Amino acid sequence: MKYLLVLPFALLASPAVAQSTSPADLLAQYSAEAGAEASAERGKELFMANHTGGKPDTPSCTTCHTADPKAAGQARTGKPIEPLAPSANPERFTDLKFVEKWFGRNCNSVLGRDCTAAEKADVLAWLASL
Amino acid sequence: MNFTPLLAIAAFALSGAALADEMEYMPPVTHAATQEECSACHMAYPAGFLPPQSWAVMMTTLEDHFGENATLDEATRADIEAYLVANAGRDRSKAGAAPLRISELPWFRKEHEEEVSKRQFEEAKSWANCNACHKQAERGIFEDD
Ligand code: HEC
Ligand code: HEC
Ligand code: HEC
Repeated sequence: MKYLLVLPFALLASPAVAQSTSPADLLAQYSAEAGAEASAERGKELFMANHTGGKPDTPSCTTCHTADPKAAGQARTGKPIEPLAPSANPERFTDLKFVEKWFGRNCNSVLGRDCTAAEKADVLAWLASL
Repeated sequence: MNFTPLLAIAAFALSGAALADEMEYMPPVTHAATQEECSACHMAYPAGFLPPQSWAVMMTTLEDHFGENATLDEATRADIEAYLVANAGRDRSKAGAAPLRISELPWFRKEHEEEVSKRQFEEAKSWANCNACHKQAERGIFEDD
């Protein structure tokens, strides 16, 4: 009998299911993980800076997202990218799995490593303040 | 008398014509994960444009995908690789080669060399941006429009 009860929970926990969240919840989650208060100022710096640790074609977040996250950006292939700031695009930071996938890829392309929870909190704090 | 060389030449000429025809339509991606994951930075290219070994190499080198990190979780990656390989095009490349760019294949160069104006290309920005010029590319249609 026990096994019948376990099954529905196993399905719910499946990683393929989108995990919905919000910019505020996510900011709280990253800040708690970092054990520190987020700083929009530091987030802006990280986003705007030119980095040298990553891939040569993508020195900065602004390479694709531009220096104005409320405006649309463009991938290197010419494909448009919707704005990153939640005020301009309410779909941003509402799906944890999606956010984690793109922080993972883009931090590695730009910085050559994963972003820390503190860095993610900082960037999100800045984007959410725009 | 041996007709083999003549037949070979005839077959070669025919395959050239057949190739151009069959390229006007290339079945679009029908696999949900491939459509979702491979359309974020460019359109999801039809599997039939590259041979199986190309997709196999591409799908195991996503950490450096044309100068970007395009990594996926292992289950999704394997699922997409299986779909692309199963629906890949015929292998027309030299033995052992695994071309990664559709836009560098000989037929592609030939089809595009004299057909595209400078302005059209500047607007598209890259050969990889197929659907900037082929408005019906997402539906698999690449002929004149
Ligand atoms: C090579 C181009 C490129 C660069 C450089 C880049 N991004 Fe992105 N980013 C994308 C694309 C493409 C997407 C996914 C498409 C979309 O969501 O519109 C994306 C999505 C995201 C998302 C997902 C947000 C959501 O919830 O929808 C975040 C967060 C993000 N990027 C942050 C960053 C940060 C931080 C940097 C710098 C470290 C960065 N990006 C650099 C192209 C890029
Ligand atoms: C993070 C962004 C990103 C994602 C996600 C992505 N690609 Fe790409 N892809 C690129 C870039 C950048 C190029 C090079 C474009 C250029 O040269 O203009 C490219 C080029 C390609 C090309 C060669 C295009 C040509 O020139 O003929 C193929 C094929 C390709 N990608 C397949 C895939 C497949 C399959 C997936 C899904 C597993 C995928 N891509 C996901 C960024 C991405
Ligand atoms: C800058 C514009 C441009 C871009 C980008 C472009 N094409 Fe084309 N393509 C053309 C033109 C123009 C022709 C020749 C006229 C025609 O047949 O539509 C052509 C012809 C073709 C043909 C032959 C069609 C036939 O009738 O036999 C195929 C197949 C094709 N393109 C595929 C692609 C693919 C796949 C990509 C992306 C990897 C791509 N093209 C990118 C402009 C472009």
